Amino acid sequence: MTWEYAPAPESRDIANLKANYRMFLDGEFVEGAGEPLKTVNPATEEVLAEVSTASPADVDRAVKAAKRAQDRVWGRMPGAERAKYIFRVARMIAERARELAVLESLDNGKPIKESRDTDVPTAAAHFFYHAGWADKLDHAGFGPDPRPVGVAGQVIPWNFPLLMAAWKIAPALACGNTVVLKPAETTPLTALVLAEIIQQAELPPGVVNILPGAGDIGAELVNHPGVNKVAFTGSTEVGKIIQRSLAGTGKKLTLELGGKAANIVFDDAPIDQAVEGIVNGIFFNQGHVCCAGSRLLVQESVAEEVLDKLRKRVATLRIGDPLDKNTDVGAINSREQLAKIQELVASGEDEGAVRWTSPCPVPDKGFFFAPTVFANVSQAMRIAREEIFGPVLSVLTFRTPDEAVAKANNTPYGLSAGVWTEKGSRILLMADRLRAGVVWANTFNRFDPTAPFGGYQESGFGREGGRAGLEAYLDV
Amino acid sequence: MKTSTREFADVTRDETSLRRFLHGLPGVDAVGVEQRSAGLGTRSIKKASKMHAIDLAISMVDLTTLEGADTPGKVRSLCAKARRPDPDRPEVPKVAAVCVYPDMVETAVAEVSGTGVGVASVATAFPSGRSSLRIKIADTEFAVEAGATEIDMVIDRGAFLSGQYGRVFDEIRTIKAACGNARLKVILETGELATYDNVRRASWLALLAGGDFIKTSTGKVSPAATLPVTHVMLQAVHDWHAATGEPRGVKPAGGIRTTKDAIRYLVAVNEVAGPRWLDPRLFRFGASSLLNDLLMQRRTQLEGHYSGPDYVTVD
Repeated sequence: MTWEYAPAPESRDIANLKANYRMFLDGEFVEGAGEPLKTVNPATEEVLAEVSTASPADVDRAVKAAKRAQDRVWGRMPGAERAKYIFRVARMIAERARELAVLESLDNGKPIKESRDTDVPTAAAHFFYHAGWADKLDHAGFGPDPRPVGVAGQVIPWNFPLLMAAWKIAPALACGNTVVLKPAETTPLTALVLAEIIQQAELPPGVVNILPGAGDIGAELVNHPGVNKVAFTGSTEVGKIIQRSLAGTGKKLTLELGGKAANIVFDDAPIDQAVEGIVNGIFFNQGHVCCAGSRLLVQESVAEEVLDKLRKRVATLRIGDPLDKNTDVGAINSREQLAKIQELVASGEDEGAVRWTSPCPVPDKGFFFAPTVFANVSQAMRIAREEIFGPVLSVLTFRTPDEAVAKANNTPYGLSAGVWTEKGSRILLMADRLRAGVVWANTFNRFDPTAPFGGYQESGFGREGGRAGLEAYLDV
Repeated sequence: MKTSTREFADVTRDETSLRRFLHGLPGVDAVGVEQRSAGLGTRSIKKASKMHAIDLAISMVDLTTLEGADTPGKVRSLCAKARRPDPDRPEVPKVAAVCVYPDMVETAVAEVSGTGVGVASVATAFPSGRSSLRIKIADTEFAVEAGATEIDMVIDRGAFLSGQYGRVFDEIRTIKAACGNARLKVILETGELATYDNVRRASWLALLAGGDFIKTSTGKVSPAATLPVTHVMLQAVHDWHAATGEPRGVKPAGGIRTTKDAIRYLVAVNEVAGPRWLDPRLFRFGASSLLNDLLMQRRTQLEGHYSGPDYVTVD
């Protein structure tokens, strides 16, 4: 007996989509002097809106406005006062949660259940959490009265547009810094609604500036001499360019870059929940997650059982309209990203890995890629080494804990890892030996503002979230 | 088709083998199973799919009365409701069965025989299971002889929790034999087993011993059925089927009162066990007030507005 779920689309009217969006500079929405960009709904390929972008001169104005605001108002304001503004932003995000969720799904392609249940609530949580720190920085472990750094130049990616903006802006503001933030070229909309919220929360002009644009504007921003601290989340390739160009300038830098996380399943794991964790690890947000569990390391003695259960489970994932409340896997964010995924998947087939792709129906229009699992993968293959940033899982096996550690650590990255076992001592042993900024035990892809997040090696440095995350925004 | 006896003969050979097998089952991570069931709980079931779910849920109800105050009159009225849940709408499906105490089976059988509605009887010193095996067998035989088509037995939780798995296994076996042609539902009373690991072990124990259904609760202990517990049990029958080819059923009972709840359970059935289990032969709701909410929601779907409890019959 089959039971088809009728379409249950969230109304797109809730997004309050406008035809034009402008950048936010010194407290005002203004037309940028750059070439306007058109942002596209990746699920339908239709143009959603035209967005004005910044020119180098706009970047200069924004950094100067931020500097002014930092010197005259924000940096001098007592922490308890700053907190009031930040709490207000948090509450307003929560109040406009539905609007932000629908807009995020339209612009990014992620399923509404994720934008609604993860992105937006976690974004609000970051503002709530950091608002609480603003008047308690004396007790954060950095000595009495730690000072802000100044102006933060922040560049964020397209995979969690609003959430990344919150990750970056909230701690900066709590610590007394002002911000110039560049959202990703393909997903500028929710950051500009956040700008609206910031304006309505009556933050002093210049404290937060949001400048859409392409990579060149990002480069302009991070290299601007008025910027004191740079925070970048994105590709390792760009991260390296930024680090090179910032060398010797004295600017503080944190980078949160790529990953190729190992999700390690031992034979004594809670198998059914491990399967859920594997699915959540790689198919959450279409695999567009820097900490995605893109390499499954499974102990040989249970490999067949786990793979069998995994394929059955993945086949139940519903791929399609991101606004449908029952969609599990949405659209790939852009044509370029889809092409990159296809290229890497082809390389996996060429190199001899065994491909299995979910038989689920895939929409004809828009950028979609059906969930895919590669078995018989070896460390030498590109799909085991390179970040795919898509719904593609590479499965490797191991025989002993030592081999699991060796394979998991055999990557230039080191952002996250997962360990699945019912044995507590093994969890601690693995967490100790895995070279990854976050090690999840019997879960995966759980985010919380109280937990520091960041990487090793080519996954970047610096931490975001938690007490440790404050350090990047304090002159300590 | 592979048979369970052959597949698992060595497992049930003796107490030690049984214990080794049950303790060798993969653990259940509580956070994970609760996260998964909450996630599936957000599925949005609308329009035709909702209508389909409501009719399906009605056809899966074991309409239950298990009170000391039960009388033949009460049982007859319940049976009338079971045969024709909504008198205004003959197209509404019949429920799967009525569920009563053994002494009411005769009355129920007289009311529903030939209608396709089954008569389920609780047995084995329900709800506590605290009596001798002799009395439990007699209890079962009494119900079967009166015409019960299904027996809902309780396991000896005391024996299970003290690790006497063989004793629980033998008892289920014995009751299964006493059932004759009646189908056996094994009530685990998950509220007393407390952990998901125990729920998984008890599920497998009941399946190994030949239970046709595994059932969450008596309805007399809180918590009764919960979604995560039902997830674990659905996973067990799914795995059992994968190993032996035999389909077995699941029955959550107690605390499922609204259409919304019922639909959440059906989503779990569909996505955890599989579409094959969307069938009254393999999934039941042990409930009493649920039926009227399903009927009210069914009317709301058809009429476009909610009409309230005065428009459905009490039983």
